[in-house]
Amino acid sequence: MARYVLRRLLVSVVLLLVASFVCFLLVQALGDPIAEWAAGQRQRNPNGADAAIAAAYQRAGLDTPLLTRYWTWLTGFVTGDWGTTVNPGQTPQEVQPKIMHSLWITIRLVLTAELLAIALGAVVGVISAVKRYSWFDYVLTAFTFLMFALPLFCIAVLLKIGGIQFNNVLQANGMDRWLVTAGYPPGGFTGSFGNQVYQYIGVYLLPTLCLMAISFALYSRYERASMLDVLGADYIRTAHAKGISSKRVIWKHAFRNALIPLVTVGSLSIGSAFAGAIITETVFGWQGMGYILVQNVNRKEPYMILAFMMVTAVFIILFNLIADIAYTLLDPRIRLD
Amino acid sequence: MTDTIRAKVTPPTTDREFTVEARSRGRVVFSRFARNRTALIGSITLIILVLFAFLGGLFWHAGINPDYKSFEPPSAQHPFGTDQLGRDMLALIIKGTQFSLLIAIVVALMVTVIGVTLGAIAGYVGGAVDSLINRLVELMLILPAIVIVGVMAIRFEGSWIMVAVFLGLTTWMTLTRVIRGMVLSLREKEFVEAAKALGASTMRIIFKHIVPNCADVIIVSATLLIAQAVLFEAALSFIGLGVRPPDTSLGLLINETQSYLPTANAWLFWITLLFIVLISLSVNFMGDGLRDALDPRANRVRA
Repeated sequence: MARYVLRRLLVSVVLLLVASFVCFLLVQALGDPIAEWAAGQRQRNPNGADAAIAAAYQRAGLDTPLLTRYWTWLTGFVTGDWGTTVNPGQTPQEVQPKIMHSLWITIRLVLTAELLAIALGAVVGVISAVKRYSWFDYVLTAFTFLMFALPLFCIAVLLKIGGIQFNNVLQANGMDRWLVTAGYPPGGFTGSFGNQVYQYIGVYLLPTLCLMAISFALYSRYERASMLDVLGADYIRTAHAKGISSKRVIWKHAFRNALIPLVTVGSLSIGSAFAGAIITETVFGWQGMGYILVQNVNRKEPYMILAFMMVTAVFIILFNLIADIAYTLLDPRIRLD
Repeated sequence: MTDTIRAKVTPPTTDREFTVEARSRGRVVFSRFARNRTALIGSITLIILVLFAFLGGLFWHAGINPDYKSFEPPSAQHPFGTDQLGRDMLALIIKGTQFSLLIAIVVALMVTVIGVTLGAIAGYVGGAVDSLINRLVELMLILPAIVIVGVMAIRFEGSWIMVAVFLGLTTWMTLTRVIRGMVLSLREKEFVEAAKALGASTMRIIFKHIVPNCADVIIVSATLLIAQAVLFEAALSFIGLGVRPPDTSLGLLINETQSYLPTANAWLFWITLLFIVLISLSVNFMGDGLRDALDPRANRVRA
């Protein structure tokens, strides 16, 4: 196991190296982040602007050849210096603290939503497989179809409107507005522990529900299909024949085996969950990874986008590794070595 | 269908005479599809939407220029009213649906071609080629598609075709894996051995013998991709990293109309949304119906 994890990590490092180069080429496609500012400078000061422009390029490190720039950035990145923003119109900002702060906001959202969706999807999938063609099954099927057809931002907008209505009801009854529908609290959460939990739920509830809805639809669908497969297997019939109670057969014998495909889907869809979080955050006005992305793509900030892609890649790789380890826990036939 | 296939079986020695007509697979699939009510409704809705998008502009008097008053309520002149700039909403939606469908079709075509080619080659040839393609899939899976398409959309100033191309270039991985898995088992079948014995080239075996056997999966995946692409494009344009004027799409319309949301003109947003949901629901229904109709195990009539 340890050897397998080590080998996987080594392969991942190589993969990340290649990815970093691809990402570096990609951000070149953004174009020159200084050009617009330089054009403005030339207009204002036709004679003396060249020196200031050259200095701006030098400060941003954009006056060296591509490969040199890549090497400088890469060595900086692995040693913890992720560079600064290069736009000369603004004061330079350190990339690392900014990305890490947003990442923490977004990752909490993604992980909570995904874990809840997997747990709920597994249980609901099993029930609808066991009670196939019951009204419960039909309601679930209709719900999943709706979730697959609705764009994520639509669910987010609907939840946001619902949240505002809910707050109005709270206020009409003399309570504070609880659900936060616009903006992530810039100062974090304050007060006593109970108070902090209360605030935390108010902030995270709607975005988590939104992200969960889509993932839940996918997971419950997969769990239902794989559970139906497993329930038709011979060893389930044998287990019934031995006189084991239905409950035990379903949850001890069938459920564990039916979970395996779910792990695969879960690990494959973590990337799209991350993208979904970006959309959700935009609707709720959070300054998470989505905000960072839109703002910095528009400003053509190369190092911000690079860092964004690299931390996302690391996150996805780690999640896939966890999924592989989860396989061995679920299915003793799978050995990783 | 020729008469030799449509064999009439008439048992000579029975007193009760009956005929059995062999049905081609296409007819079996079609009749199964036609019996599935949701699939049928989905396909009809989709056909109407396609006609609306591509022919609607010919029959509708208004263009997409701001020729009218701002925020006119719905009337015979403007069934969906007008937006802030004074553009006829129906004309905008016709144009947006057209571009959204075009993007979706380009994405579906690209993903199908890339996914099937790479998946089939990886599965059939194996060895170093297989590992190389697998590494490429892994690489693409860890790069966030939303960033790649967003960056390229900015780079090409929101041109719809470039958004479509880069959407296609970032979503082919799942199909590649599925096809590779299927080809891995298909290549051990006898008909491949027979083709090899007859001297068929590798490319001929892959594309003439193996790929047609994956046709069901390919058709279903291409259909469902259309719905996915419409939703993904809408999401990208919603956050401002997709199609931009002068091109348009339903996603761009959503982006433009979302600012009316808390106001009385919010329904301009909802009506655009309705078209996105209609496209993706009808395509999903159709894809699901196709999957059921093409799956030989899902046959309800037991022989």
